[in-house]
Amino acid sequence: MSGAQKIPVTVMAVVPLNELVTRFEFKRTDGGLLPTFSGGAHTVVEMRDGDTPRMNPYSLMSDPMDQRSYAISVRRDDAGRGGSLFMHKNVHVGDEMVISNPVNLFSLDLRAKKQLFIAGGIGITPFLAQIKQMERLGGRWELHYTCRSKALGSYVDELTTQHPNEAHVYYDDQEQRIDLTALLDGQPIGTHVYVCGPKGMIDWVRKTAAAEGWPRESIHYEEFLAPQSGKPFEVKLAVSNKVIQVGEQESLLEAIERSGVDAPYLCRGGACGQCETRVIDYTGNFIHRDHWLDDAEHVSGEKIMPCVSRFEGKTLVLDR
Amino acid sequence: MTIQFNDETFRDDYSFHNSDRALKRFPFPFHEDSYMYSVNMEQHQGGPSDSIYEKRFDVDEHYVSEMRDRAIVLADDPLRCQSLPHMTLAGWDLLELIMVSKSEDYPDLFELHRDGDQWRWVNKPMGIDDSFTFLDEATLPYGPMEYITRQTQGDFAVLDQRDDNLWMDAGMITTQADWSLDFDIGMNFFEWHAPVPLAHEKGIFVRALKFLLNIQQGAPARRLNWTLTVNPLLDTSPENYHKWGIQKTSMTPETVGAKQHLRVELQTFFRLPRSNALVFPIRCYLCSFQDLTKTPKWARRLHRVIRDLPDELATYKGFIDNRPMMLDYLSQFDDGLPTSLGIWPDLDTEPPLQKG
Repeated sequence: MSGAQKIPVTVMAVVPLNELVTRFEFKRTDGGLLPTFSGGAHTVVEMRDGDTPRMNPYSLMSDPMDQRSYAISVRRDDAGRGGSLFMHKNVHVGDEMVISNPVNLFSLDLRAKKQLFIAGGIGITPFLAQIKQMERLGGRWELHYTCRSKALGSYVDELTTQHPNEAHVYYDDQEQRIDLTALLDGQPIGTHVYVCGPKGMIDWVRKTAAAEGWPRESIHYEEFLAPQSGKPFEVKLAVSNKVIQVGEQESLLEAIERSGVDAPYLCRGGACGQCETRVIDYTGNFIHRDHWLDDAEHVSGEKIMPCVSRFEGKTLVLDR
Repeated sequence: MTIQFNDETFRDDYSFHNSDRALKRFPFPFHEDSYMYSVNMEQHQGGPSDSIYEKRFDVDEHYVSEMRDRAIVLADDPLRCQSLPHMTLAGWDLLELIMVSKSEDYPDLFELHRDGDQWRWVNKPMGIDDSFTFLDEATLPYGPMEYITRQTQGDFAVLDQRDDNLWMDAGMITTQADWSLDFDIGMNFFEWHAPVPLAHEKGIFVRALKFLLNIQQGAPARRLNWTLTVNPLLDTSPENYHKWGIQKTSMTPETVGAKQHLRVELQTFFRLPRSNALVFPIRCYLCSFQDLTKTPKWARRLHRVIRDLPDELATYKGFIDNRPMMLDYLSQFDDGLPTSLGIWPDLDTEPPLQKG
């Protein structure tokens, strides 16, 4: 349960961009307007995959001021747990789906004198909305976007045609690399940096910026973790008085929801803190994977983020 | 239901008054016979008919006079309304939220006509009919936040969200319980709450901040807060303490019932969509002790809460010196009977006062 009302939508368009990425466009099923949002926001898309409910967060990439439709781009992850595969294989124009209200965990710092966007692969999507927002507000921005190859460069043509001075593209297969130190060195004071892409890229940008003396608050990043599979385990939910089994392929949060217990969540990716759950008792080891709890909380055995973290051991009792 | 707007003042002759309807819908803040801080948040998704919870932005009989009082405060002290440069977008968000909400919730009083970016706003109680271009400041007589909050009851703190904190970067603050926007502007959540006693030790603010950072679009929240004010003053600001602070010494056992007011804030929280900022409307409702004691449950409970409140809180809320006089007054109504749980008056089930 995420508090806000869900939005029933209809799929308006399914547009394959390349071998891996497909864009999905939604409008409200009741014909009304969708909420405006801020660049960097995501929506949680609910899927009914047979008996398995799936809820995946995707960055909104459409114009935040356009209330007629939303667009997301989904990269097919053949090794993932199946959400992106379901979107690619089973979602068609005219299908009705349910999405969440927009939530932004990666918003622009509007005090910035300049916004510097660094994207890797599918990490381009939140920037597409942020660029539209900056264009509307008249703010200064620059994009550095790395793709594996020309063929896999989603939205490269659109970006370089519309923003030839601001958008810079790098192709891995042509050995093109962002010269990050030089790029950071050349920025005006008051620039904020935003990075979205693979974990290695995020770490690289954060480390390089820190080494160059950038303030921590000026570096923003978004990394959604997908829940990872693991050994099955058993959990007792003390408040609801239920004992549930968490399967190999599902997250603890999904197992709680499957048992009919209404648990809070927002991002489902270990970042927002909404699903934080108190541990009442345990014998075993936690496999913490979230970005929310700090190191001390991770070793305390008092809290767990059920959206991405797991447990191995005999007993786990949660305050839920 | 049609609203009859009062012609009244919140200064000088204090002609402010509550009608029977206003008394019935007054947000009595104590759900039991004692009070301690808590993060008493709930979803702000409507409420009982004609309660202050029913609409997103409650409009009541004090509307026109409160807006007149705000204009007087701003004329004397323009720094009561401030917006740092990066908060203009949040101001437009707020303008849109209020115009859409009021025109939908009170179609007989407010109208919003939109054609793309060309907007027309009609505010009948205040005699306003303005056309402007959305997101173009030059087409409004004030900045967007100031424009709309000169027409909306309650104070407005507009909080930027960044670095896992909230920042007091804009606001319209003219009806406040002794805090200053000009002092707090630019501070973060922990900085501006630093003066509050006891709550820090209880971890209240850490939990409250976590909650607020997660307020979502489409899921506003609310809570009640309270203090006590001598005379129905809206503007109890630090800037004007020299004017109103002295009035606390003017009460006598004969005047305490009429002069001592319970001041209740309906605090709501809305995520603003385009800016990802958070707006925190703080709506002030005033009611005299003598009017409150007309409701038996509230008469009993008010006495018990004021009597048992820890000294730190009575000091922080600024009434410890007058507490004995208030208790003398309130105790004459408290017959010792038990009260029902919850804030509602329960007029049909609570027995009449056996005393007073």
